[in-house]
Amino acid sequence: MGNNKETDKTAEESLWACRQFVGVLAHCNKLGMTVEAAGDGYAQLKLPYSEAIVGNPDTGVVHGGSLTTLLDTSCGCAVFSALPGYELCPTLDLRTDYMRAAQPHHDLICDARVIRASDNVVFVEGRVIQSGDGELVAKATASFMRIGVHLDKLIAQTVKAREASS
Amino acid sequence: MSNINIAEQLRLVKQHRDYQQLADAIPYARTIGIKVQSIGDELLFVLPRNPDNIGNPMLPAIHGGVIGGFMELAAALQLLIKTEPASMPKVVDFSLDYLRAGRDRETYAECQLWRQGSRIANVAITAWQTERSNPIATARAHFLVKPAE
Repeated sequence: MGNNKETDKTAEESLWACRQFVGVLAHCNKLGMTVEAAGDGYAQLKLPYSEAIVGNPDTGVVHGGSLTTLLDTSCGCAVFSALPGYELCPTLDLRTDYMRAAQPHHDLICDARVIRASDNVVFVEGRVIQSGDGELVAKATASFMRIGVHLDKLIAQTVKAREASS
Repeated sequence: MSNINIAEQLRLVKQHRDYQQLADAIPYARTIGIKVQSIGDELLFVLPRNPDNIGNPMLPAIHGGVIGGFMELAAALQLLIKTEPASMPKVVDFSLDYLRAGRDRETYAECQLWRQGSRIANVAITAWQTERSNPIATARAHFLVKPAE
């Protein structure tokens, strides 16, 4: 395969897995982050505009830190959807260029794509656009380490707990 | 609180040396719960334990994005306090290296202002938990800083 993606998951399975994954991240829940699309080394996440992420109280512009969380989580989901099973890869590094301040009251959409998945490291690119006019707000390059930790058990436990409570 | 602009806030904060007030004026800073301490002329940034900052629930570990946000905020606050710009510094780029998982415990950060040009500032940030010499992450950022008139 050209992109060296090894996934055995269908797009539906990837989307489901990414939603389970993001669903257990307390900070993402706090910010209201959602997975809009995922599959085959790609993920799209949404960060809704809220007071909680504002960095400049004078202008209402969101803080870069909330974009770091959006980019890190989106790139992590792209990695998740590129690899077989439910493999957890910690972030090695994340470099973000802030192209323009995001306009207040616009949701932010992040598209993340795996460029290459090698045996040890997965390389990802992420782009954040603002909803409405689709202007590019930030772009990031990230790399993730494959440490051989699998989340299959955690995912199964979460599903079981949810089924039991419903 | 948002009715007072940053320049005015900064003037008041300087007067009383109450840097926490400056951090608390920023909604995102309140969201993650950053604290500012001054030790002599140096600034130490503290991120107390907060269940809402957790990412990986298994370890449990602080979300990597929160660690990055904490470090970026620390750099911006350091610039605000040390350079007295006319407005909030704007981050241009942020390069973050994760060295080890940030456990669910208090986290600290310090900043080094390597260069302050007429428009761009270069800041290095180190974050640690148990020992300063054992950082959990290091970062480098460029900010656009509008000097005070």
